[in-house]
Amino acid sequence: MIEVRGLTKRYGEKVAVNDLTFGVEPGKVTGFLGPNGAGKTTTMRLILGLDYPDAGTVSVDGQRYSGLANPMREVGALLDAKAVHGGRSAYNHLLCLAQTNNLPKKRVDEVLDLVGLSEVTRKRSKGFSLGMSQRLGIAATMLGDPGVLMFDEPVNGLDPEGILWIRNLMKALAAEGRTVFVSSHLMSEMENTAEHLIVIGKGKLIADCTMNEFIAQSSGAAVRVRTPSPDQLALAVAAKGGAATAGSDGALLVRGLTTDAIGDIAFEQGIRVHELSVLRASLEEAFMELTADSVEYHAGVPDAPASIGSGV
Amino acid sequence: MATSTAPALRLSTLPPATGRAGLGGAIRSEFTKLRSVRSTYWTIAALFIVSVGVAAIVGFGIANNLHNNPWNKAGTDATQASLIPFFEIGQLIIAVLGAMVITSEYSTGMIRTSLTAMPRRGTVYAAKLIVFGTVTLIVSVITSFVSFFVGQAALSGSGVSASLFHSVTIPRGVNMSPGPQGPNGPPNYHFLGTIVISPGTVLTAIIGCALFVTAVALIAFGLGAIIRHTAGAITSAIGLMFVLPIVVQVLPDTWRWDVMRFFPDAAGRVLSVTIDQHNPHLWSEWPQFGITLVYAAVLLGVGSYLFRKRDA
Repeated sequence: MIEVRGLTKRYGEKVAVNDLTFGVEPGKVTGFLGPNGAGKTTTMRLILGLDYPDAGTVSVDGQRYSGLANPMREVGALLDAKAVHGGRSAYNHLLCLAQTNNLPKKRVDEVLDLVGLSEVTRKRSKGFSLGMSQRLGIAATMLGDPGVLMFDEPVNGLDPEGILWIRNLMKALAAEGRTVFVSSHLMSEMENTAEHLIVIGKGKLIADCTMNEFIAQSSGAAVRVRTPSPDQLALAVAAKGGAATAGSDGALLVRGLTTDAIGDIAFEQGIRVHELSVLRASLEEAFMELTADSVEYHAGVPDAPASIGSGV
Repeated sequence: MATSTAPALRLSTLPPATGRAGLGGAIRSEFTKLRSVRSTYWTIAALFIVSVGVAAIVGFGIANNLHNNPWNKAGTDATQASLIPFFEIGQLIIAVLGAMVITSEYSTGMIRTSLTAMPRRGTVYAAKLIVFGTVTLIVSVITSFVSFFVGQAALSGSGVSASLFHSVTIPRGVNMSPGPQGPNGPPNYHFLGTIVISPGTVLTAIIGCALFVTAVALIAFGLGAIIRHTAGAITSAIGLMFVLPIVVQVLPDTWRWDVMRFFPDAAGRVLSVTIDQHNPHLWSEWPQFGITLVYAAVLLGVGSYLFRKRDA
């Protein structure tokens, strides 16, 4: 359980986090979304007490982070997988962390085994690939068996296998009743993992809702349905508040309803469904639409070279 | 590396916490950090080899000189000759380690991981200081003694070698006149008076130099905490210990020394002396060492304050 209230952080003139208030609940994966530079990492640093806020408070399980008796038993955080001393072996890196919270030595071997690094425990982490570094960072978060886990852009730069591994891990952790808070700047990374979303832009809260609400609210979000009886389904969907239009390839595009709702409608009406999927592009568009005003750096359209070689 | 994509959380249950994470765990952690990177061994090995090696070379050089020019025995401080390489060059080498113990955490990003595991920063700083200070003191005392013994072994038979086990008597001064072969031949000489060097005096010099080198290492540690940048911290330490005393050489002789007694390097010159050729402009050994300690205490204090108050 993480609670953020009125959190504000300035770096010089720039306001990185602006009066942010939200809570992160246990038992589910909460996605923390925002464009690059929206203040996601800063917020996480403020939660961990790495940076000090200019205003507002943060509590983890009702306490200030630095006041937790044994922080690693409460919170496991991975902000930057490369934030390790590369000259130290994986084992010694985890050992020095475990010792600060008086955690047993054998725990180090256990977490190394958990993340699949048991064959490189004595290797210096300097030579680790990004995927291995991520696994080492995740091993560190699991040392204290914490109830709250925080990951900052955990799948950045990973191969598909690594991405899948981390997604499954996050879901498994949430299923055990833990609080899982994970940031990303890509909507597509969240759609399969997060149940709840906190969206920020330019340091301000834009949305705090469930994934389903987010999809339903987004005007551009559409669900693609392939069915042998499109007319029948279009009527049934319309009766439940959805709007169906015919797609170019004969599939239906349904707006205003979630995949769950459409599937239930089809089942109730006895309509065969061959495909039921959220249009990724539309979901990404909805996110971009939502954060459009708060993107830190817009790519400018270069001016056309009007008068090159005019010979004046 | 394992390639399982569905992580099973097969972790054993942690034993319940036995108390708050505190200084004890932090000290064990910092010791693990120090002993698990190669730079620690390289630096300590360099300190030992340079101090002892140069002490041996200096010893052989003096022994050779005294063999050819025996009148130079008058007033030769054999103890200081063996300790100079240690406290002049050795202080520089250990200063590198002192700075790096803290700056390497910032250059690698490890500080964020360290402070997440143990957010009580005062405790982290104290643990670092205690571990590094203790290791440095032990290494310095050993190096100082070995430098002395090796240096005196090289000087043995020269008639001036000092001892920790019995008093040694050397000539205080010498009266020289041209010999039978005129100014180009060996001179006639006879010694005037004696100096008795007691084992206690020698012991004070050996221990004093070890304490001095430790204090310089702490100065570098404090600078490291303030500057948070390896090159910057080492450069500042060199500036304070080596460059400043040279710059001051341009001041008039009449009051230059009265300025230099307030510099942290002055204690080295006084502590290593076993023959009472005491510079009247400097204080005696312990008050002069007190000046070095004041520098160390102020820099460590400022470093501690900034370590706790700044964003990590």
